[in-house]
Amino acid sequence: MLEISSPMLVIGLSLGLAWPLGAYMRWAMDPSESGPRRAAYEALCTRLLGSPASSPQNWKRYAGSMLLFNLVMYLLVFAILTTQGVHPLNPDAKAALEPSLAFNTAASFTSNTNLQHYSGEVSLSYFSQLFGLMWLQFVSAATGIAAVTALCRGLSGRTLLGNFYQDLWRATGLVLLPLSLIVAVLLILAGTPMTLDGAAVATTLEGVTQTIARGPVAAMVTIKQLGTNGGGYFGPNCTHPFENPGFWSNIICTVAIVLIPMATVWMFGRITQRMRHAAVIFSVMLALYLAFVACAAITESAPTAAFAGLPVGDAMNLEGKELRFGTTAGPLWAVSTTATSNGSVNAMHDSLNPLTGLLPMAGMWLNVIFGGVGVGLINMFIFIIVAVFIAGLMVGRTPEYLTRKIEAREMKLAAIALLAHPVFILGGTALFASTAWGAGTLNNPGSHGLSEIVYEFSSAAANNGSGFEGLGDNTVPWNIATGVVMLLGRFIPIIAPLAIVGFLAAKKATPESSGTFRVDTWMFGTVLTAVVLIVGALLFLPLAVLGPVAEHLAI
Amino acid sequence: MKELLTNLRLVILSVLLCCVAYPALLLAFAQMVVPWKADGSLLTNEQGQIVGSAQLAQAFTRPEYFWPRPSAVNYNASATGGSNLSPTNPRLTERARELIAQYGGSTAAPVPADLMAASGSGMDPHITRAAARYQVPRVAAARGLPLHDVEAVIASASEVDALRVFGGEPLVNVLRLNLALDALAANNP
Repeated sequence: MLEISSPMLVIGLSLGLAWPLGAYMRWAMDPSESGPRRAAYEALCTRLLGSPASSPQNWKRYAGSMLLFNLVMYLLVFAILTTQGVHPLNPDAKAALEPSLAFNTAASFTSNTNLQHYSGEVSLSYFSQLFGLMWLQFVSAATGIAAVTALCRGLSGRTLLGNFYQDLWRATGLVLLPLSLIVAVLLILAGTPMTLDGAAVATTLEGVTQTIARGPVAAMVTIKQLGTNGGGYFGPNCTHPFENPGFWSNIICTVAIVLIPMATVWMFGRITQRMRHAAVIFSVMLALYLAFVACAAITESAPTAAFAGLPVGDAMNLEGKELRFGTTAGPLWAVSTTATSNGSVNAMHDSLNPLTGLLPMAGMWLNVIFGGVGVGLINMFIFIIVAVFIAGLMVGRTPEYLTRKIEAREMKLAAIALLAHPVFILGGTALFASTAWGAGTLNNPGSHGLSEIVYEFSSAAANNGSGFEGLGDNTVPWNIATGVVMLLGRFIPIIAPLAIVGFLAAKKATPESSGTFRVDTWMFGTVLTAVVLIVGALLFLPLAVLGPVAEHLAI
Repeated sequence: MKELLTNLRLVILSVLLCCVAYPALLLAFAQMVVPWKADGSLLTNEQGQIVGSAQLAQAFTRPEYFWPRPSAVNYNASATGGSNLSPTNPRLTERARELIAQYGGSTAAPVPADLMAASGSGMDPHITRAAARYQVPRVAAARGLPLHDVEAVIASASEVDALRVFGGEPLVNVLRLNLALDALAANNP
């Protein structure tokens, strides 16, 4: 009964909440008929932010402002991390980070990845956590919401995509902050600590000294889930009892992981006024999500192969798992956190059964099953363009999407956005698997070692942030390689789609007729699913076979 | 230039909102409504010394105490983590063999799986009730107590929470269980 009830609770709650949240996000991000109060609020924001935050921008200026602000984000946090020792709120006297680690960490949180080559409670002060990383968790997620809002505006036919600064401020203040306050209060009530006192020192019943790291945990855990950031306060993320104290906190966190990515699809439907099309996209994502969850729950219910033949009681694979969440909580979270580009964990992915470990990887390879805040739908948009293009070729007509013709220029950009992902993963894996950079840092032998390298690059390229954490990844080559991949993997798949919608919106609309290729039917949903699976997954099949599948067969 | 200024204003405003106002509100709420949990659920003994956190495991090695799940970080609450060993890693099998020897497990009395598998954080405060029962003979013998007295302490320390309502296995908090055992000993010298 527990096997079913916990996924049902999570999926039911998130489906139910995503619908109203989508309507709210539309109101917050792209107000169409705003009342006098909203107009007064917008006027106040413009006064606070200055005139560059009021005039609508075309796709180039929008992307330019986004890059500029993200550069500022990166530089500020890099500076904070490399001078950590002199800042306030550092009761446990943490020293500055080494430069390559600071580069990796700043790049990681700017790109909404939150790959962590440091361990939170060991390396960072409360100031760095709150003012460096948690700030980026808000504004990088807001960047994603801003970008997808711009995409939606372009697809509704507007050549001006809105104003980036205005959108970022709306996403931060009207979407992320109120949601975070609600979720954080729930987590605090569930037992997540929220304090600025330094570590507590206990003398255990056997007389040993135990230093208990704590801090403003609830604030950061909340936004890391809602913003699909994933960077935990503590090293082992949401397996830590302070981040995730029990059954209910686990349910709340899992819902928070998928909530905004789900709601974004409904926001897209409302802004473009194509709810049926949005419903088809939502169904494709949901079908893939449910299939992944079911597979993971089944493969993980088997005991770990390591205990085979030993006198150990019957149970699922418990290595790397906590007992208080229940049996299916681990696989459900593993799928949710990698389908969306969240990357937090409530079980150690390195210790998952081999085939279960394949599912998080596949989630990151596709990167469109709801996907990261904002960027998930942007990635899906690329697949939609490809699906429309292929369908158009099959019936021998110029492909069009939402009344605009798709031509060579758009397809080239789509191909670049689509191919960047496998190039980073396959290329990076090849380089590190064949040199001591990767081979010297493995925690596990054989096929699983290869999986560790594959996982790390998949996680960086997909801006996910989870890991097969046995990998000794705090080395200069890993820090630099994954840092660069995270930044390119973030901005190429945002800018290319913005360019595409910019070009599309500038074209003349062809009126819809009975001959128009419809994108709001089950037929299109099927084509889209096939394109996602074939184009998205096939490229990675060799890696899947050499890594997790080979490991499974070796058992 | 004007745009740079807007960037700066956006940085300042978002920092004030997300890094000052947001945590300050939460701090105030947490410290007023649930101060004990907000400080890390710390447990103290009669002398007022902190003995641990109700949410975190701590090392127990003596036979008169119940033992928690294995920890890859030796219960270090300032550098937590899991083993990250894969199911095909021989080190995991080796570790299990050593633990089985410690518990005296055999085919007739297999050791409950949660006592063999390290938790993700290395700090899982719980074991299953079956894993607690498995340790009763050792604990009772070391303390010179009748088995049913120790069993009774387990029953009183079992947590009734949502997990059980939804059909999960009953869990026992090891630190609370051991505190209850010590209290029993103090009351019946």
